[in-house]
Amino acid sequence: MRPEYILKLLETGERVDGRKLDQFRDIKIETGVIKRAEGSARVKIGKTDVIVGIKTEIGEPFSDMPDMGILKTGAEFTPIASPEFESGPPREDATELARIVDRGVRESECIDLEKLCIKEGEKAWEIFVDVHMINHDGNLIDASALAAVAALKTTKIPKLEKDKIVREKLEKKLPLSHTPITVTVGKVFDKFIIDPLKEEEEVLDSKISIAVMEDGKICAMQKSGEASLSPEDVNEMIDLAVKKSKEIRKLL
Amino acid sequence: MTETRDIVIPGEVLGDMKERKSGYGTFSEDGKIISKFLGIPKDSSGYLSVVPLSGVYVPRRQDKVIGFITSVEKVGWVVDINSPWTSFLSLSEGVDEFVDLKRTDIRRFYDVGDVIYAQVSEVRGSDVQLTMKTPIARKLRGGITVKITPSKVPRLIGKEGSMINTIKEKTKTIIRVGQNGIVWISGEKINKAIKAVKLIEEKSHIIGLTEEITKLLSD
Amino acid sequence: MGMKTKEKLIVKGKRLDGRKPDEIREIEMKVGVIPNADGSAQVRFGNTIAMAGVYGPRELFPKHRQEADKAIIQCRYNMAPFSVDERKRPGPSRRAIEISKVTRLALEPALFLKDYPEMVVDVYIEILQADGSTRVTGINAASLALADAGVPMKDLVVALSGGKVDDTLVIDLCGKEDNYGKADIPIVFLPRKKEITLLQMDGQLTVQEVKNIIKNVLKAGETVYKKQKEVLKKKYSK
Repeated sequence: MRPEYILKLLETGERVDGRKLDQFRDIKIETGVIKRAEGSARVKIGKTDVIVGIKTEIGEPFSDMPDMGILKTGAEFTPIASPEFESGPPREDATELARIVDRGVRESECIDLEKLCIKEGEKAWEIFVDVHMINHDGNLIDASALAAVAALKTTKIPKLEKDKIVREKLEKKLPLSHTPITVTVGKVFDKFIIDPLKEEEEVLDSKISIAVMEDGKICAMQKSGEASLSPEDVNEMIDLAVKKSKEIRKLL
Repeated sequence: MTETRDIVIPGEVLGDMKERKSGYGTFSEDGKIISKFLGIPKDSSGYLSVVPLSGVYVPRRQDKVIGFITSVEKVGWVVDINSPWTSFLSLSEGVDEFVDLKRTDIRRFYDVGDVIYAQVSEVRGSDVQLTMKTPIARKLRGGITVKITPSKVPRLIGKEGSMINTIKEKTKTIIRVGQNGIVWISGEKINKAIKAVKLIEEKSHIIGLTEEITKLLSD
Repeated sequence: MGMKTKEKLIVKGKRLDGRKPDEIREIEMKVGVIPNADGSAQVRFGNTIAMAGVYGPRELFPKHRQEADKAIIQCRYNMAPFSVDERKRPGPSRRAIEISKVTRLALEPALFLKDYPEMVVDVYIEILQADGSTRVTGINAASLALADAGVPMKDLVVALSGGKVDDTLVIDLCGKEDNYGKADIPIVFLPRKKEITLLQMDGQLTVQEVKNIIKNVLKAGETVYKKQKEVLKKKYSK
């Protein structure tokens, strides 16, 4: 489908797949897909397909937060997911996506990191959130953030026997306090779009990814794209993101 | 349950060299004719062949294709024909009149982004030449293009054009189908035409597709 | 291979997961799972899950790598960080690089690469969950993905591991058997003429044991081939 056609439709508020501008595609969430990981989820938004796996290790707490667990987020734009993804070191998009997902989880204080301390200053649980792309058809950020939270919700911490991790014995649920939902809002012409397809993403002027907490507070934002945004635009996009986040939250 | 045609897999033995010859999509080994593809077997005129159900477009002489001009060279244009093989339209094959290169910018004939309906004139190794010197060839203005699996083009066209003509009539569109899997649509109910094309792509192997298309178009 | 345990891996003819020595784990196969790829498949053997995506034949860059008379095939085997017990740092390990190479050599003989001069066929294998025999699971997925992509093939490609655990010869090693067993032999072959395209071994075995394992795997592989055939034909008969 050529970009002029997509732009022509968007100008009149129509989309290639007949959706409304602020409508999400069908969303499917499946948890526990990787049984041997401590937590996992697979999220499909339309044809976009991502898997998040959660692994736990013992690590050393950060020196400026000696009584807190450690959160590390990674993302692989695996070449399997799209013809333009090639093998090699992480592209800037992959790194940015990982950091956006990380920020949503971290800033919302989703995980009770204080409860993950084992020995202050020396040992704490390290939670690894790894995003693995399976198919890229746009809006990887929202799909990855949703999969991360869905995976964390079902994560269990393994038993510690004399400082050794016994993964066969998954004991307690990962202590969670909040569920951030990330919604990316795109702008093209004077229209705001939710959940862009891959071909729609290519014509967006700019977009903002916004992480919303269950009480409506915002905990993370990231603008990307080349065009600038007016304050009125930003306000409208924030309001739209908060509204859509409520819908998505119901699916968890 | 929907009926389907027979399907064969790569490596499946189709017949004997003593009784048939090896046609497209097959190879012979130890006296047997074997399929190269996941596809539909055909037996005609003494040849066993297999029509692959998927795969990239392999250009062949006299194929009619729809291509996109991707660059303008000194004496011609590079054309993307939805294939790992890039093709070239030379000045002499693209333009009828005499062109004085010193004074003419050949972009006035075809420029980057133009869509053309052309014919494959020559394939040598990975070198593919196109020509516009055939009655059907023309620049396609406006409209939109959709990609389908090249092996499904015959199904989209239908017996003697029956399928494609039905779609054109019911959606009041002009449609040109390239054997390379590119379909160009222009006219009224473009979205409906796109839906019909995509349905054929999805269900090309199912008997009873014609009824489904008729239903889609009359809604 | 090489890890030690006091635990017996086979008790009264039953393996750790209850299987008989010549039993393959539960197999699940799907094709067309990655819409963007030209061909794709997901294969599960017990708890080992692999996905394969094929892109191509397509143009190859840089140009100096092109071969005038045929396409080349490139393979990348990769394990997801969450696929193993201890989280694996992303990026290719030496083991993954070696497996990528033997995978390429296992698939190449099955393909009609001469039909696509100067092109490349890219095969990407992702291991989503690892519980032994990941390279053969990946190759089974790659075989399906190649057929799904319409790459011309002489035959499908069948992969299966055999080995020795305690004193018994077994088929299809799971993770613990791979780690604590006496030997592990992954084998890949083209089923029509039983042409072996990958053969590796870890451990210690007598000559007769090796020959028996190869024979057993080639026979048990028929089950895997049957499943591959079924899933490919099923894709087009809904």
